[in-house]
Amino acid sequence: MATKKAKSSADGSNLSFWGWRRENGRVGVRNHVIILPLDDLSNAACEAVANNIKGTMAIPHHYGRLQFGEDLELHFRTLIGAGSNPNVAAVVVIGIEDGWTDRVVKGIAKTGKPVIGFGIEGHGDIAIIAKASYKAKEFVQWASELEREECDISDLWVSTKCGESDTTTGLGSCPTVGNMYDKLIPKGIYGVFGETSEITGAEHICVKRAATPEIGEKWMKTFTAYQNDVIEANKVDDLSESQPTKGNIAGGLSSIEEKALGNLEKIGRNCTFIDVLKPAETPAVGPGLYYMDTSSAAAECVTLMAAGGYVVHTFPTGQGNIIGNPIVPVIKISANPKTLRTMPEHIDVDVTGILRREMTLDTAGDALIDMIVRTSNGRLTAAEALGHREFVMTKLYRSA
Amino acid sequence: MSQSNIPQFLVHSPEDNVGVVVVEDLKAGTKMLGVITENDTTIHVTAKHDIPIGHKIALKDLKEGDTVIKYGEDVGRMTGGAKTGDHVHVHNHRTKRW
Repeated sequence: MATKKAKSSADGSNLSFWGWRRENGRVGVRNHVIILPLDDLSNAACEAVANNIKGTMAIPHHYGRLQFGEDLELHFRTLIGAGSNPNVAAVVVIGIEDGWTDRVVKGIAKTGKPVIGFGIEGHGDIAIIAKASYKAKEFVQWASELEREECDISDLWVSTKCGESDTTTGLGSCPTVGNMYDKLIPKGIYGVFGETSEITGAEHICVKRAATPEIGEKWMKTFTAYQNDVIEANKVDDLSESQPTKGNIAGGLSSIEEKALGNLEKIGRNCTFIDVLKPAETPAVGPGLYYMDTSSAAAECVTLMAAGGYVVHTFPTGQGNIIGNPIVPVIKISANPKTLRTMPEHIDVDVTGILRREMTLDTAGDALIDMIVRTSNGRLTAAEALGHREFVMTKLYRSA
Repeated sequence: MSQSNIPQFLVHSPEDNVGVVVVEDLKAGTKMLGVITENDTTIHVTAKHDIPIGHKIALKDLKEGDTVIKYGEDVGRMTGGAKTGDHVHVHNHRTKRW
């Protein structure tokens, strides 16, 4: 794993890491062979294949039947994006029938990586598990001989989203991520932030961080649509206990505006965002910071960003959100001394020194960059070591 | 930084009328040292309640209907009063949105 030394000093020039360069030129920091179900019905077969063939991983999820319209498009975009993520070396797709299974296979195949699909109808679970297992074995043995190469930091795509926030995230862990972006975006990395409902109260600040007025307009349209179509259309009160959550409130936050201003600390002081992405959409206008229209629920948001192609996730937490992702390492950063005292096994970067005024944001940002490089080189995150593999599809409305 | 210089609360902006307690087990009556992070100046407020880590204290007397300012921005309204050093939370502070 992390036997090779790559540069992790944050002094400026020539930051590098050791990753796997894929067929399409993108670089991954993990080398997964995944068994990906098209739909809920195919979870069992995928889990059986992953159980048969060591070193592969099933990614069960709950949906994929009778979806339609934009909701169906998002389902395909998420699955194809997950399979296409450069942290994935090869993919076996299993679905209940061949048609939609093949659509996912064809989408992933555009990356050039090995991918094959199996439909269960007309064969049954047992025959398909056997066929898929032979192929999964071939893929994992092939992938296990792929070698890492030294890559410039600009090959890295780093996403962010915070969770179980409290007032310490706005003071410490979120501005630590912001400091990291202020240093790495100018070096040519791709970044992304989202959580559309959680900008409420800070939208006047967020819109000014768009790179151009046109991008700002696109962002405001996305923000307003979420307010009208999701929040206003379905709310029964002022969302207290949902946004902010019970955990947020226990941690001292008492309004969405307060939470939003802390959330926005993640984009630093200098970065501007250069495009607004649909959920799970892949960035297409070059390196820089992007906005993705997502829910603020941790597993949904991180899954969408992974499907967009991001390979490392930075996750500030106050009260101690424990989320992970099967494809992308999730690095936890916390400034809350109570959380570090009561559940330290979940935290990768301790920035409690910021609250004691013993650690500057500059030092904290460097510590995070160091952990991003170490994680990219192979260090397992707390969430990976603890087995957190939350893969959650975003559902836009009820199925037909 | 010596123990006595470690702040009990932090304030984002000099315009803010609330601060955030950043130590555990803060007891009522504690003469607190605070730091405004934006300009690195210190202030002192006496805590009127036991306030949990992460929770807010009023930096000035606030009455019902007043706007709560944090990060130099509007973060909602007071739904009850709070004297300097009082706990500000969901019992006396709510969103202006939704």
